[in-house]
Amino acid sequence: MGAVKLLFVVQRPPYKSENPRLALTHAISSQTAEIYMDDGDSVVPILAFVGDGVLNAVKNQQAMKLYGVTSTESHIKNSLLVDVPVWICKEDMERLGLKEDQMITDAEDLGGELKTKFVSFAEIQKEMESVKHLLFF
Amino acid sequence: MGELTIGSFPSLVGSMSLDFTFRLAEAAIGKGHKVNLWLSGNSVMMSKKGQKAFKDYSHLEKRMKELIAKGMEITVCEACAEARGYHKEDTPEGMKRASMDWYLAKTVKTDKLLHIGGE
Repeated sequence: MGAVKLLFVVQRPPYKSENPRLALTHAISSQTAEIYMDDGDSVVPILAFVGDGVLNAVKNQQAMKLYGVTSTESHIKNSLLVDVPVWICKEDMERLGLKEDQMITDAEDLGGELKTKFVSFAEIQKEMESVKHLLFF
Repeated sequence: MGELTIGSFPSLVGSMSLDFTFRLAEAAIGKGHKVNLWLSGNSVMMSKKGQKAFKDYSHLEKRMKELIAKGMEITVCEACAEARGYHKEDTPEGMKRASMDWYLAKTVKTDKLLHIGGE
């Protein structure tokens, strides 16, 4: 079967529901999914934040201080650390008045090399059409 | 025949999405397809032992057991379950508990993945 591409589309805002966190933890779990797969098979996830979901990628989240839980920011950085691409919809950022310098752009503090990509919705839609499975959160 | 994998996330009580999940699974199995069900997030409570049937709420345990007997594979997200105080000994016979990578691995071979969202 080879590599199967999965697109996780996150459309809900952080902390209001469990969904964005589940999207991130499921995407990260692709790293260990091979224990259930045949040799040569793999899953290749991409995380795309759209609509109010782009709020998940705002930097300097204080979830541990305020709620006593790990932040969505730390999950996004862990995704980048394990080379899960993170895409953020530019049009939705604009709609919410968010600039790139307000967003999580990398996981350099954790030693990650991959950077966040700010993409148009058209690019996300193109990916939606090319992946094997779409997972909406 | 094909293979359908359903990722289910809505809560047991308060929405009819789980009813839809089981009706769809039943229809697919009835047509001869293989169905895998991943219960995650609030959906994990669907598979907890000892639920009492009330007429005010849908009660899916009987249907779930019938579908397991017909070959449906049900796996419960272990972390989501433990976070809700639902432990291994509360898991009914015929069901597995696993981490999220089980679900991701199923996406490789399955013909269709249907993700039924949460709240």
